[in-house]
Amino acid sequence: MASSKNVMALQLKEEHACESADSDPKIVKFAIVKKRQEDHSLEVGLASFEDAILPHLDAAHNLARWLLRNEQDAQDVVQEAYLRAFKSFAGFHGGNGRAWLLTIVRNTSYTLLKKNRAVDLTTTFDEEIHGSGDEVVSPVTILERSDNAELIKEAMDHLPAEFREILALRHQEGLSYKEIAEIAQIPPGTVMSRLARARTKLREYLAARMGKEK
Amino acid sequence: MNCEQCKNLMDGYLDRELDLITNQKIEQHLRDCRNCDQAYKAHGSLVRAIRDGAPYYKAPAKLRERIQSSLRQEIAKKPVRNVEDSPSLFSARPRWTRTVSFGTPWSGLALAAAIVFAAIITFNLMSRLQRPGNDQFLATQLIASHARSLMANHLTDVASSDQHTVKPWLDTKLDFAPPVVDLSSEGFPLIGGRLDYLDNRPVAALVYERRKHFINLFVWPASSDAATAPKTITRQGYQLLHWADSDFNYWAVSDVNANDLQTFKQQFETRTPHH
Repeated sequence: MASSKNVMALQLKEEHACESADSDPKIVKFAIVKKRQEDHSLEVGLASFEDAILPHLDAAHNLARWLLRNEQDAQDVVQEAYLRAFKSFAGFHGGNGRAWLLTIVRNTSYTLLKKNRAVDLTTTFDEEIHGSGDEVVSPVTILERSDNAELIKEAMDHLPAEFREILALRHQEGLSYKEIAEIAQIPPGTVMSRLARARTKLREYLAARMGKEK
Repeated sequence: MNCEQCKNLMDGYLDRELDLITNQKIEQHLRDCRNCDQAYKAHGSLVRAIRDGAPYYKAPAKLRERIQSSLRQEIAKKPVRNVEDSPSLFSARPRWTRTVSFGTPWSGLALAAAIVFAAIITFNLMSRLQRPGNDQFLATQLIASHARSLMANHLTDVASSDQHTVKPWLDTKLDFAPPVVDLSSEGFPLIGGRLDYLDNRPVAALVYERRKHFINLFVWPASSDAATAPKTITRQGYQLLHWADSDFNYWAVSDVNANDLQTFKQQFETRTPHH
């Protein structure tokens, strides 16, 4: 059905091309000029898009990597997000390019998370496994450990997606609460409490992990 | 303020996101309450452990290339789609062809011409109305330079954290001697220096790092009538901070937050000899 329509469209197009070329060269010339202008404006659009948005590639990749916990998925999502961003670049009126891009990266990541691993989003932090209460890991304990980075990474990877993303946005991108609210699409008042919960959960995980090793 | 309230606001306090009055109340409470003060310090070191310990996943170079080529494919696809669109227009008016040469295309042309004229007039009016200041124009150049320095693998011409390597190198390449200081101990390690071209003259670009983000500090001699009031501009997610002393113009450009950039300026000024 679709293919027969295409064939018809093609025939019509060819017919038209011949006739217009015979009958009025001006039309053809106009079409060519118009197409050149379109090509040109597309290139200009691409250049200004790349100038404004490509510098935030690391931030985009970092966020996607934390959300998806998988390098290949992260790269696919970032590429997809850039395409989406480019298509809606006309709707972007300056302002905060990084926050704008990260919002798209986040949405794209969640689409994939929902599709592939519905589990990940619904799994809440299991207090029984990871311990709870107000155990306080002494700051010295955390800071003195040489495998600090590895441990923090492991702890963050164990948190639910909403906590992983907020920690990355705050501590790695240094974004303000207002920017985080915009990207995570939550009320500004929720940012502080979510960050507090994320940090507490992380501390609890570290405490349980260190407790186990002793 | 009681302990419960203090606990609830602690994260906002740590992140410096509270209003001045609440901030002072918490400070007061922490002075008075040993328990809360200890909890605050523990929480603070946890935050630092996350900040310093969590790996930052930079994008591999291949990903940038992949994205750039997929964007180019995307625009290459567009004109094709336009051609595909046109038949539906023709099929809606199948008798278009023979009669065309008289009426329709000319009115099409006239319409196109009218749109072009309208665009030209609007553009002229707009540019007259909003006439961007010199600063805005310079800001565009600065952001472009900053972005390019990160993009093209050309962050530094001379990569060194040693101010005594960077400074002589720049001195020989420029007709002025910019101040260069390493601010590692203040949390802004010097990465290196670069030559750049801005505001119609060669300038020095000093590169500093702040938690995996880069700060480009552009320096060139101040003209005698230079305004010295510090100025901040936020654009496209970048922070720009301008100041000047009797000798030099400074423009710091980065994607770090505004507070960090202010701190950077203060540290830089404290460490450079005053004139």
